[in-house]
Amino acid sequence: MTLADDVFGLLGVVCLAAAVLVVTSRHVIHAALWLVVCFGALAGCYLVLTAELVAWVQVLIYIGAVVVLMLFGAMLTRAPVGAVQELDSGNRPVAAVAGVATAGVLGTLVVAAFRGAYVDIHHTQIGDGKVIGTSLFRFFVLPFEVASVLLLAALVGAIVLTKREV
Amino acid sequence: MIALEVVAKLLGCLLVFLTVPLLVGQMEHKAMAHMQSRLGPMYAGGFHGWAQLVADGVKFAQKESVVPARADRRVFELAPAVALLPYLFVLITIPVGPGQTARDLSVGVFFALAVVSVGVIGVLMAGWSSANKYSLLGGMRAGAQLMAYELPLVLAAASAAMAAGTLSLDGIVHAWRWWWLPYQGIAAVVFFVAALAELRRPPFDMPVADSEIVFGPFTEYTGLRFALFLLAEYGGIVVFSALTAVLFLGGWKGPFFEAQLGWLWLLLKTMALSFVVIWLRVTYPRLRADQLQKLAWVGLVPLALAQIALTGVVRVTTS
Repeated sequence: MTLADDVFGLLGVVCLAAAVLVVTSRHVIHAALWLVVCFGALAGCYLVLTAELVAWVQVLIYIGAVVVLMLFGAMLTRAPVGAVQELDSGNRPVAAVAGVATAGVLGTLVVAAFRGAYVDIHHTQIGDGKVIGTSLFRFFVLPFEVASVLLLAALVGAIVLTKREV
Repeated sequence: MIALEVVAKLLGCLLVFLTVPLLVGQMEHKAMAHMQSRLGPMYAGGFHGWAQLVADGVKFAQKESVVPARADRRVFELAPAVALLPYLFVLITIPVGPGQTARDLSVGVFFALAVVSVGVIGVLMAGWSSANKYSLLGGMRAGAQLMAYELPLVLAAASAAMAAGTLSLDGIVHAWRWWWLPYQGIAAVVFFVAALAELRRPPFDMPVADSEIVFGPFTEYTGLRFALFLLAEYGGIVVFSALTAVLFLGGWKGPFFEAQLGWLWLLLKTMALSFVVIWLRVTYPRLRADQLQKLAWVGLVPLALAQIALTGVVRVTTS
């Protein structure tokens, strides 16, 4: 166990605890703020794994934009100070099944793909902009383009949905 | 030895963070006063009221810190720290001379923009947790405004990074040449205007519009916590001016002695840009919500995209 391993494990525990608090908190805004802690710890995990660019993109997109959007949405609709009792819907079993299934699939996939892989932070390439850019545009061009088409479809969908109501 | 150096550099950053924003604040007092045919502070400290902000700081420290009874206490008390600390962290990556950074990151631009964007959450926390409708309105206005201006800010910074071929802030300054002024001019203006909006400075001060919603998210704050929000505002002016200078005005580059006097050139450019921020506050009336959104989406975003297209074409054809 090196120092990096310890830090990684600690960040993982923080991330998991914050994630549990997100779904158990009865305060809507507190849940969003715990999500900030969760994403921050996840960015820390990326940093320990030497993926610098991914870590800061995580902070910029998820904390700086997605959570801000969620907070804005919550404040715009209803977000009283204090606990809210009717946060639970009747879908708890369905949600549990979906959550466990997703975690199972992703967990199996990650373990199968990276079993035994180990990042030695002293003898590895740092994942800065150059490395990410090279691998993205040399080896992963097709997935990258497919992802951009998906985003385009979401954009068009958003425009169609808002236009219909006018 | 290395640990000592790191501590010294961090203390240096802290010192800069506690003094330069005060300089900007004092400049705002005096420049604004003279633009409005007033004298501004004249008594504190004797010479032209130089100690006015020190006196203000002492006053804030003595005031009682009040938390409203219906407020969400923990979030309310944490908000000033969340708003202030990101600017302090960004200061660590600003290069003050050739290779002279407290910590040079290979992804410096991304680090700076990512960390600055966290400060918004502090404002939203303050707006919500105060349990005050003016604060809530101010928080919502801040959220809507900051989301709209985040995109042009990142796109303009991306253009500078593309032109330099690196994401490192020191590398961008190294690659900078004087003809970047016309070449990256659009991006520089877009970045500076978007930064003004991120800082909620006039003419983008809808979130704290004093004639409509008292002081927006900061209405309920008193004493030291209020002073921390003010420090975050002036620290933000310094950080965004320094970032504009580093990305678009050649940072530590100057007419002579770049290695020794790099910090002076950067400081001069930062103070000049801070003066422009103050100047704009005195000059322009506040923008309305719809005008704000229109300026961001119809004005700045297409301009930034056009600049990125221009930079891309130039890079591909010349290399």
